[in-house]
Amino acid sequence: MLEIWHGLIKALELIVSLDPEVMEIAGRSLRISVTSCLLASSICIPLGSLIHFHNFRGKRAVINIIQTLFSVPTVVVGLFVFVLFSNAGPLGTFDILFTPIAMVIGQMILITPIMLGLTISALSGVGKEIVDTAISLGASGFQTALVVVRESRYAVLAAVTMGFGRAISEVGCALMVGGNIRGFTRTITTAISLETSKGDLELSIALGIILLSLALIVNVALNRLQQR
Amino acid sequence: MALMEIVGLNHRYGEQKVLENINLNIDKGEVFALIGPTGAGKTTVLRLIDLLEVPSAGEIYFDGLRIPESGKQRLEVRRRMSFVLQKPRVFNLSVYDNVAYGLRWRGERKDKIDKKVNKILEMVGLKGYKDRNAHTLSGGEAQRVALARAMVVEPEILLLDEPTANLDPVSTERIEQIISYIIERRNTTMIMATHDMSQGQQLADRIGVIINGKIVQVGDAKEVFRLPKDKEVANFVGMQNIIAGRIVTNAKGIVMIDIGNNVIQAVSDCPVGEEVYAGIRPEDITLALSKSESSARNCFCGKVSKVASLGPVSRVEMDCGFPLVALVTSISAEELDLEKGREVYASFKATGVHLIKRQVGDTL
Repeated sequence: MLEIWHGLIKALELIVSLDPEVMEIAGRSLRISVTSCLLASSICIPLGSLIHFHNFRGKRAVINIIQTLFSVPTVVVGLFVFVLFSNAGPLGTFDILFTPIAMVIGQMILITPIMLGLTISALSGVGKEIVDTAISLGASGFQTALVVVRESRYAVLAAVTMGFGRAISEVGCALMVGGNIRGFTRTITTAISLETSKGDLELSIALGIILLSLALIVNVALNRLQQR
Repeated sequence: MALMEIVGLNHRYGEQKVLENINLNIDKGEVFALIGPTGAGKTTVLRLIDLLEVPSAGEIYFDGLRIPESGKQRLEVRRRMSFVLQKPRVFNLSVYDNVAYGLRWRGERKDKIDKKVNKILEMVGLKGYKDRNAHTLSGGEAQRVALARAMVVEPEILLLDEPTANLDPVSTERIEQIISYIIERRNTTMIMATHDMSQGQQLADRIGVIINGKIVQVGDAKEVFRLPKDKEVANFVGMQNIIAGRIVTNAKGIVMIDIGNNVIQAVSDCPVGEEVYAGIRPEDITLALSKSESSARNCFCGKVSKVASLGPVSRVEMDCGFPLVALVTSISAEELDLEKGREVYASFKATGVHLIKRQVGDTL
């Protein structure tokens, strides 16, 4: 209990004093997660629309697979990216293992199923009447798809929020493909993992509080956007 | 040449046949109402005309052009029409954006869009609402937005599916006023589906009655409402008295119909021996407490079995040896002190009786 209390005080100290290392770790976490989230959004929203608006053989199976991948363990994604970008791997020539780029790719792969699945489900929530209304007012297929995405924007935004939440909070993949290199690939979650193993619970708790605060700030911002 | 021509249209949803051999010609500038009970196929006809669905069989011609089953031409033709759906959904955007969408999709310039949207919003009485989110509007206001966005693109054909369904009487009147305005000022060809017969009667040049996926009668309001072609149409258009009988005499066009325990007189050239239904509209029957001298050839004494107030009118059910239903003004019902068991005289003219030939096997 005392450790938690000390952790809270230390967290406040670190935050108030804008501790350079903590700020750098927090900044990196935020940058990597926001980048992976934006990249995943730019893939998932169009791809989700494509899956939703087109009827093709095996559509249900594709959706089932996407939903199954919601629960893919972060270490499995980490392993996959590791094998892909290791020196002996098919993409080893890019030499990006243990860099923030590999971490972004790992997080993208991790959150794509969630964002894709939730985007499809958000688009399905728009009634057929909206689609019919758009078509009857003279919208082309693409224009109709834009209307549907626009109508479901709040639910799509919720998908993005979920993706961001999973990206910023994951540790397995970041640790495996980032390597937790101080000043280069260390993020809040990998730092917490390291500090806890070293027995520095106070710093771990402080970083945990900062992580939750970041998630809270992003969620509040997105909620405000949804309520507009 | 008709602006819209529908030839042998059939449509199925899976195994279920919903439309059968629909043939219609709609002229330019004409207002055509499709009336029929719920589930008769009115909406499906409109959806096929608006190219929202592809018919199982049959052809649709728009301005002489046969509409293909797929391809860019469908979009081009669709952009010459507008459709106000039965449950109009407004987009979760401002009223202005809702109305402007159709113009943007057609690539109109911003200044033109501004001008047209403002003008149409003024026409539907929503000028002060343009910045409001359309989701905050009432049902009647949302319906006006739906009408505005359909009209703003200046369609050659406006399709309306039950434009006043689920609206309160004030909103209904407002929407009907706007539709009348469009008919008078814009000369837009209009095809409207409604189950509200008075609306069809009031707004349309021609009416088509659709029952069980088939168009059973097309004509002007007088023809459809006073001279229904068969028993089903008669039932639907509110001819509440349909009495089976057989013509026993025909003297210079005045026929006597034996209905079992009574005789009804009608004006007809039907031959003696013909099995018929005598159809009498309830509003054509007058009620009195005593047998009065009048020009009505049919007068029956009966006992009131039920009186139901329908607001400005009352529906009176009587037993005159055969069941008879009359509609009288509520004031008359009050003055006559109509109540269950009261003896009344029901009169109607021979010209008010419409005869429908009875087919062998028709149920009474």
